[in-house]
Amino acid sequence: MSQEVISNVICTVCGCSCDHLQVTIDNDKIVKVKNACAMSSGKMLGYRNERTTQPMMKKGTTLKPTTYERAIDVTAKTIIKSSSPLFYGWSLTSNEAIAIGVDLAEETGGFFDNTTSTCHGPTILGVHEIGESSCTLGEIRHRADLVIYWGSNPVHAHPLHMSRYTVMSKGRFRKSRSDRKLIVVDVRKTDTAKLADVFIQLEPNNDYELMVALRAAVRGDEIEQETVAGVSIDKIEELAEMLINCEFGALFFGLGLTMSAGKSKNIEAALSLVTELNSKTKFVIMPMRGHFNVNGANNVTTWLTGYPYAVDFTQGFPRYNPGETSAVDLLARGECDSALIVASDPISNFPYQAAKHLTSIPLITIDPHITPTTMCSNIILPSAHVGIETTGSTYRMDGVVLETRKLVDPPKGVKTDVEILSALLKRVKSLTR
Amino acid sequence: MKKIQVTLLSGRSLSQGREKEQGKLSESYFKSVACCEINGEDIKEIGLDYGENVRISTKYGTVVVKTTAPKQTLERGIIFVPYGLWVAQVSGSETDGTGMPSYKGISSTLESAKKEKVLTVDQLIKKSFSRKKSKKL
Ligand code: SF4
Repeated sequence: MSQEVISNVICTVCGCSCDHLQVTIDNDKIVKVKNACAMSSGKMLGYRNERTTQPMMKKGTTLKPTTYERAIDVTAKTIIKSSSPLFYGWSLTSNEAIAIGVDLAEETGGFFDNTTSTCHGPTILGVHEIGESSCTLGEIRHRADLVIYWGSNPVHAHPLHMSRYTVMSKGRFRKSRSDRKLIVVDVRKTDTAKLADVFIQLEPNNDYELMVALRAAVRGDEIEQETVAGVSIDKIEELAEMLINCEFGALFFGLGLTMSAGKSKNIEAALSLVTELNSKTKFVIMPMRGHFNVNGANNVTTWLTGYPYAVDFTQGFPRYNPGETSAVDLLARGECDSALIVASDPISNFPYQAAKHLTSIPLITIDPHITPTTMCSNIILPSAHVGIETTGSTYRMDGVVLETRKLVDPPKGVKTDVEILSALLKRVKSLTR
Repeated sequence: MKKIQVTLLSGRSLSQGREKEQGKLSESYFKSVACCEINGEDIKEIGLDYGENVRISTKYGTVVVKTTAPKQTLERGIIFVPYGLWVAQVSGSETDGTGMPSYKGISSTLESAKKEKVLTVDQLIKKSFSRKKSKKL
């Protein structure tokens, strides 16, 4: 068979959702990827490694092959029997699959949480309090003359962010790197920091202090201290001057801000800083979302329940109280009595105590790959890769919706998340209604 | 044996991001996450060379990983461990009411683990998560 080249393929790794990949397919296999970053080509060329291809179910202590039908039936009965099943993951699947997941949680009276609760949860809490001024990445590309990355290292975590959307991109009004200033604020001199015009190194866990001092400086207040967070007041004032004097500024922030001490308070401080700056110039702020559709998980859950993550259906209506109804808290308190994990690997990512509880309750995982979570599961349902083996829509980090494509067939017999979840929902309904 | 106090940062690294796509059981993924970047002075202080194993302990747990030279500049007193199963063993589940556990800025103790092995995914899962008996579904 001859090779087929597909252009404008959307990458399904990080929240940048780059849509300019060129993929060569030979004999229903991806053999070449152009325009991709290392993470993306890793996935595009490695998607066939370590796959789950056969539904499995634990008998005694070993996993034995089974059928989708049987596995779905047992899964349905397990979650119906539970008093508070947890439905977790969702950031590496399509909006369509997430929507069915929400239905399933509502139907069975469980908790519905996505990986936001362990990445940008604090961001969302901050936005609830202050609100945010945002825009699309396209607008930043064309207009921004000053870009800040705070607690974010795009060279490693979002490798094409700078070249496609910010300082290294060619926009209509900002043509090149020399038309834009890059400021990096971090606790260490990262590879992104090395490219910065101004690098501000702060002491770990002092983001809040620095953010507040910077806001004071922007407002023109006097700061009665020599240093804040290890940064001299002169430097802070100089930085404030730069921010005020730009025409269009964009502040991107990452987990360095959401995960260090202060968490949602850091984000509130960042949002307030941007509000302050908007009284003097134009400024926008945006979280650097990690997994390709974590933003979709928030959006879909919001249009269906009113809340972006950590939704509690145990009382028959949606409730939301992150810190109480979020996955890590629930598990650390030993609360859920079964869990369905979709496209996520919490055993690798959750703190030990939370992961430990997951492995002591019936654990069912829908995932394309063998992961520590599937290895600890009682039931494994293999699934197809969204954006490679099946279509599905996704939200880019700035909220633009993109429709991903199917490029090749999934491994023989393997179903999509949408197929598996619909069958499961149908089975649950037939057993409960 | 000398122990030192450090602050543990965890985060994404390009190699972790790339290798995780190769599969979480792959040798390259193991190498990219079961490691710890340490400043040159700090590693000297605990009597190790890069490539030898170190034990990281926090109030939440303890884990052995391999030391590597910092890929990005790292100050004294700070260590960096990429996201993954290994760092999860020493992370805490308190979320301060936000839902978000602490993965950055955890105070930790470092000591030489020259004679100990870094556990593989399989071994680590067995050690940390082995179920007594699979619950009947
Ligand atoms: S930057 Fe992100 S979206 Fe773009 S190609 Fe790389 S992994 Fe994919």
